[in-house]
Amino acid sequence: MLTKRIIPCLDVKDNRVVKGVNFLNLRDAGDPVELGKRYSDTGADELVFLDITATIRSRKTIVDLVEKVAENVFIPFTVGGGIQTVEHFDTLLRSGAEKVSVNTAAVNNPSLLSQAAERFGNQCVVLAIDARRSTKNPGRWQVCVKAGTEPTDIDVVQWAIEAEKLGAGEILLTSMDADGTQAGYDNQLNKAVTEAVNIPVIASGGAGNLDHLYDAIVDGGADAVLMASITHFGNYTINEMKEHLKKRGIPVNL
Amino acid sequence: MIVVIDYNIGNVKSVCNAFKYIGIEAKLSSDPSQIKAAKGLVLPGVAAFGYAVKALGNLSEILIEAAESGKPLLGICVGYQLLFEQSTEHGIHSGLGLIKGSVIPIPKGTVIPHMGWNLVELPNDMKLFDGLGDRKHFYFAHSYFADVKDEQAKIAYTDYSFQIPASVEKKNIFGTQFHPEKSGPQGLRILKNFTEFCERQNS
Repeated sequence: MLTKRIIPCLDVKDNRVVKGVNFLNLRDAGDPVELGKRYSDTGADELVFLDITATIRSRKTIVDLVEKVAENVFIPFTVGGGIQTVEHFDTLLRSGAEKVSVNTAAVNNPSLLSQAAERFGNQCVVLAIDARRSTKNPGRWQVCVKAGTEPTDIDVVQWAIEAEKLGAGEILLTSMDADGTQAGYDNQLNKAVTEAVNIPVIASGGAGNLDHLYDAIVDGGADAVLMASITHFGNYTINEMKEHLKKRGIPVNL
Repeated sequence: MIVVIDYNIGNVKSVCNAFKYIGIEAKLSSDPSQIKAAKGLVLPGVAAFGYAVKALGNLSEILIEAAESGKPLLGICVGYQLLFEQSTEHGIHSGLGLIKGSVIPIPKGTVIPHMGWNLVELPNDMKLFDGLGDRKHFYFAHSYFADVKDEQAKIAYTDYSFQIPASVEKKNIFGTQFHPEKSGPQGLRILKNFTEFCERQNS
């Protein structure tokens, strides 16, 4: 049986892993290569590296980082942040990334998803969605772009459905409302998206304790759970997360 | 020397990194003379099938010749799918035809791609799995699977609402649908087992 994945997320800024609350107030969490290796050695199923500055200068840095990570880490990892073109996909996949995630560029140019899927296969193409509860339409969520700074009128669930049709092979779904709060994932959001699409969904934003992971999988229908604060700052080990899920009947790679 | 076939598509380097990490010399190359001189060949691949076939170009014939002459060959993910006769991904494309069978879509009704760590039942007579016990988790990421029709092929399966072939072995030809280079220690062990088979064949 396919196991549910535990995915630490490393937000990278100026070659350091950082973590904030609701995308603000960043704290330093260490060196990305060392932290990636540590997670890989202690049982993480996968890693996500997000270049949260995503400038032209940082793109070169992220390629160097991907190469260094790939020399030391033998589990899959996804890279995202500022990806604009199929050529960026190509560079990062060649450098050793397994998957590439796109957010703003796919909103601006949805055909990027189909172009990338046709060339690399849809399993390489991750659509990242930063979702915020809509003030205009209660019970709905709006897509935010540019690292969460710019809300759009696009409905999250509709966008997820369209992205699947275009060729996205996975959705990395971050609740901006829950991000960094450690108060639990937004499982209404997770459920709305997992019920609407047939590709894997990674729940992100809000993990604070072990039951939150279980809830995202069972109540939210997530195929994988992503976390940062609770693992970077030493609250729980990957093994503790997996043991807990296993005890509650969730299949894990342990 | 193991040669990892460089055919200009994603992720070939990860396989080289993995060999290097476990202290095995592997060279990335598309040079026919190096391919002919190699003790064993690895055909990796992260790409759509049609794109991979096109990228392989004339190397196809060299690979077929090498495999038929008895040189050990390990296909990984799309490289594994290329071992079969054909695929229906984005149109119908011919593969290398070294193993009988077609690459077809995973039937609808489950989450696709099949992505993540799944448990593979390991037959004890398949050489890639030496020393790995009865079952282990490996990392998969694919939407198509090989429907193996070759009586000479040994098959290891994983369960994803049906039994998906996860690995095949036919004489000197090996393949894994999953990514050994991304499957932690058990994946690295597979690369080591393949290399040991190459050493035995060449000694």
